[in-house]
Amino acid sequence: MSLPFIWDTFVALLAGVPVTLQLTIISVLTGMVLALILAVLRLSPSKLTRFLVSTYVFAFRGSPMLVQIFLIYYGLGQFKATLQDLHLWFWFRDPYFCVLLALSLNTAAYGCEIIRGGLQSVPAQQVEAGRACGMSGLLLFRRITLPIAARNIVPIYGNEIILMVKGTALASTVTIMEITGIAAKLISETYRAFEVFAAAGAIYLLINFFLMRLIGLVEHAMSPHLRHTQGPSEPVEAIVTTH
Amino acid sequence: MIDYLKLFGTGPDGWGDDLAIGAAITIAVAIVGFFLGAVFGSLVAWARLAGNLPLRLFGEGYTTVLRGIPDLLVIYLFYFGGSAALGAIMGLFGNQGFVALPSFAVGAAAIGVVSAAYQAEVFRASFTALSKGEMEAARAAGMHKWLMFRRIIVPQLLRHAIPGLGNVWLLVVKESALVSVTGLAELMRTTQLAAGSTRLPFDFYLAGALIYLAITIFSTLLFAQAERRSRRGFREAMR
Repeated sequence: MSLPFIWDTFVALLAGVPVTLQLTIISVLTGMVLALILAVLRLSPSKLTRFLVSTYVFAFRGSPMLVQIFLIYYGLGQFKATLQDLHLWFWFRDPYFCVLLALSLNTAAYGCEIIRGGLQSVPAQQVEAGRACGMSGLLLFRRITLPIAARNIVPIYGNEIILMVKGTALASTVTIMEITGIAAKLISETYRAFEVFAAAGAIYLLINFFLMRLIGLVEHAMSPHLRHTQGPSEPVEAIVTTH
Repeated sequence: MIDYLKLFGTGPDGWGDDLAIGAAITIAVAIVGFFLGAVFGSLVAWARLAGNLPLRLFGEGYTTVLRGIPDLLVIYLFYFGGSAALGAIMGLFGNQGFVALPSFAVGAAAIGVVSAAYQAEVFRASFTALSKGEMEAARAAGMHKWLMFRRIIVPQLLRHAIPGLGNVWLLVVKESALVSVTGLAELMRTTQLAAGSTRLPFDFYLAGALIYLAITIFSTLLFAQAERRSRRGFREAMR
């Protein structure tokens, strides 16, 4: 154990942080949009749609992410000629794109279940009240159902985002040099696994720490109704001024 | 047209038997890792529940760190770090060079250490769900700590913990795919070998994914059964 070596490793690993963050942010955002669409479809009245979505969710939650990445990156290489004809080969030969695709599809499956739970937890009275005010369809969803569901979803989705940060480590298996990729290279060069592990672990913990704070802030911002109001004086004044 | 029967059969050119052995090794490494995790996990849960501050901090640190670090990194640590440590020990006895650890042991240990963090949380939550009155009753009946642990705490705690443990088990099965980086010929590694040598990566990765899904389905059913069984006395009491 030598501290200067850990510090040097830490600095060397920082080069991988932008890659890890980029992978996380893009896949979480794409996955979230997909997850919302899937969750809505999951609650649709059509039996076939519900079945298809739950099969998708089951397939991506029930198999290891490594298999999913390899299936997309190496597996689709088997259809190189077809993909070339469709002008898609440019995308699928790129490991970065393939990892992003696999991560997004994977997190969409988990996200779908989280969002579905959130949507189902919206009290029926709120939706009825919205209907009574004359809202329906998309307007009702946008103004009533989604905002109320979002409050319940944020903390749980936060866990999923942290899991995605960890998930990006698998990108190193298809030659992408993010934090774990650089760490693996350093370990095999120096054989000082403990020091490299400590440095890489510290970076991941820092990222997760800041993410958790960020999620906490979002949660705080989204739940003003749960915050303590400062004493009874203000509402009284407000009543006085309005009359 | 590819002859799938031959390809996934058990003949000399077939990968069926290799995949079956791979699946068996996956299950074996997952089971060993899961049980190691249960042992470490209950120790960590005990540390987190203990009254004394350093132990509690250790337990909290353990669960935070191991749930925040990629599993792949932990596997690398165990694989390279374990070999380096063993090499250093062997060096004392005049042995030179790289000493490779058995990858099964490395994989199981890494899975155990990671899943311990998750299992600790499950055990802790289940322990807090136990009724205090029952423990007081046990103490009043003159049971010592160990007897109370064995007769009162463990059976009830397991009942609460089964759904959580089921989730951790599924996580462990999926995590075991990462052990393939150490060269252990489990399902993922065998799939990779088959995909490479037959040049049919899509077919074999899809087959691999389907086998993992089959393991998932089977485990889900098993845990559902275990959950039903564990509640059988409970329902009677509620009637």
